[in-house]
Amino acid sequence: MEIDPFIFRFSIFILSIFVGYYVVWSVTPSLHTPLMSVTNAISSVIIVGAIIAALASNSDKIFETSSIFGFFAIILAAVNIFGGFLVTQRMLQMYKKKKK
Amino acid sequence: MSANLSATFYLISGILFILALRGLSSPETSRQGNYFGIVGMAIAIIVTFLSVGNFGSGFIYVLIFLVIGGSIGAFIAFKIPMTAMPELVAGFHSLVGLAAVFVAISAFLNPEAFNLGSMGNIKLASLIEMSLGAAIGAITFSGSIIAFLKLRGVMSGAPITFKGQHFINLFIGLTIIFLIYYLCRTQSSNFFWTIVVISFVVGVLLIIPIGGADMPVVISMLNSYSGWAAAGIGFTLENTALIITGALVGSSGAILSYIMCKGMNRSFFNVILGGWGATDQTSSAKSKEQKPTKSGNADDAAFLMKNASSVIIVPGYGMAVAQAQHALREMVDALKKNGVKVSYAIHPVAGRMPGHMNVLLAEANVPYDEVFELEEINNDFANCDVAYVIGANDVTNPVAKSDPQSPIYGMPVLDVEKSKSVLFVKRSLSPGYAGIDNDLFYRDNTLMLFADAKKMTEEIVKSL
Repeated sequence: MEIDPFIFRFSIFILSIFVGYYVVWSVTPSLHTPLMSVTNAISSVIIVGAIIAALASNSDKIFETSSIFGFFAIILAAVNIFGGFLVTQRMLQMYKKKKK
Repeated sequence: MSANLSATFYLISGILFILALRGLSSPETSRQGNYFGIVGMAIAIIVTFLSVGNFGSGFIYVLIFLVIGGSIGAFIAFKIPMTAMPELVAGFHSLVGLAAVFVAISAFLNPEAFNLGSMGNIKLASLIEMSLGAAIGAITFSGSIIAFLKLRGVMSGAPITFKGQHFINLFIGLTIIFLIYYLCRTQSSNFFWTIVVISFVVGVLLIIPIGGADMPVVISMLNSYSGWAAAGIGFTLENTALIITGALVGSSGAILSYIMCKGMNRSFFNVILGGWGATDQTSSAKSKEQKPTKSGNADDAAFLMKNASSVIIVPGYGMAVAQAQHALREMVDALKKNGVKVSYAIHPVAGRMPGHMNVLLAEANVPYDEVFELEEINNDFANCDVAYVIGANDVTNPVAKSDPQSPIYGMPVLDVEKSKSVLFVKRSLSPGYAGIDNDLFYRDNTLMLFADAKKMTEEIVKSL
């Protein structure tokens, strides 16, 4: 019997939770705020779905109900991507070592 | 671009995201990690364009919207003051949540575009995944908005509770599950829309009973939710990058919530199920009898610290409110010139989000190797001459170690009282968020400095 592709995706999901678990425990507590802002930025990879939704109209019209939701989602995700990575960068620049 | 090739690239961006988080294990590697994240995101976006392969006028619009959103994001990122970081993060979470809802709606309205079947005949698994994604996304959105308003001070930080609250939440939760079941049976869009609307309500109800001091848990929890929402959408779209990222973010937020709860010695459910300060008014009223305290001024404090050989600074939320971090750094510089050894002690739940104090100190150019976590520094208080407590309260209360009746009993606290003398900068003797009196105020070796944190620190700098 063939294995449902869902099971493969589910395996990826569970393994990623484990990877996340070990990677996040190794994050130093002083960088927990940048951790939150960067996880925020990467979760905006949902923009992938937004782009598909925006470009998917089957008729000639660019803006139909489903694609309009896609376009809105693109704006929201883009705010987060640029905002999230840049603010993380700004914070990380501030962490400096003692001048010897 | 073939589906196999694009799936491979999505895997690569997933791995780059893992490396981005991995980089945060030390400040040196963190900046490089952030670049990995940016590259991963760029790959994911470009691959999506290539796999859709539609470079008509729609593509131009996508770019325009991308630039609009991107410029807003970049503008916010450069303008935001570091003290506003908790509400910024809450605001960003709400955007991810809403984006997840929009993508789910769009997939529901136009399932052909995503290979999910046709309208009114969507694959069962996809229907469950997208309704879960939409529900969690909606909860994340409205919950984050409430958290944002509370952190911003637009809404009072006091917990809002009413009778039967938990019962209502439970009831609504069950209703959502029923609705998803009926949605799957009937494919009716009415059920879908109801799920989305009710989930928005749940988000509000879930966050209003949680008090201001518990915000570190709430923010971490919403962080986690935004990850699960992304993962749900990832399953719908059969997209590896989204599934990997969703799982990473979900577990990251969950771990942070756990760390924050442990920092307060409270269970996760205890925090979620509502207000702390609200239940303990009786115990604080009991101890209201006047006990003597010693209070001093900036000159006394300056004298004590100048003659000390080591000083430990304990910052808390009050420092963030007063924006006292720069003044504090000046004070420390002056002390160092006098040959005093200075370090900083950070409690895990100091501030309004995980790592809040560390960011503020970094902003004031405090080198990160002078800043220590609770376990690293707690034994040093016994050998230190002066502990300078600025804007912290409950996290220094020795009652947590001695009085099993106290609501904060068992919470890990900084052993401030073990140092030879304690300088406590505070505006009044009022209790902290836990609503209990701090024993430390009345100790013989404590000198209270009644003033605004920033003003007092500046005055100390002057008399140094």
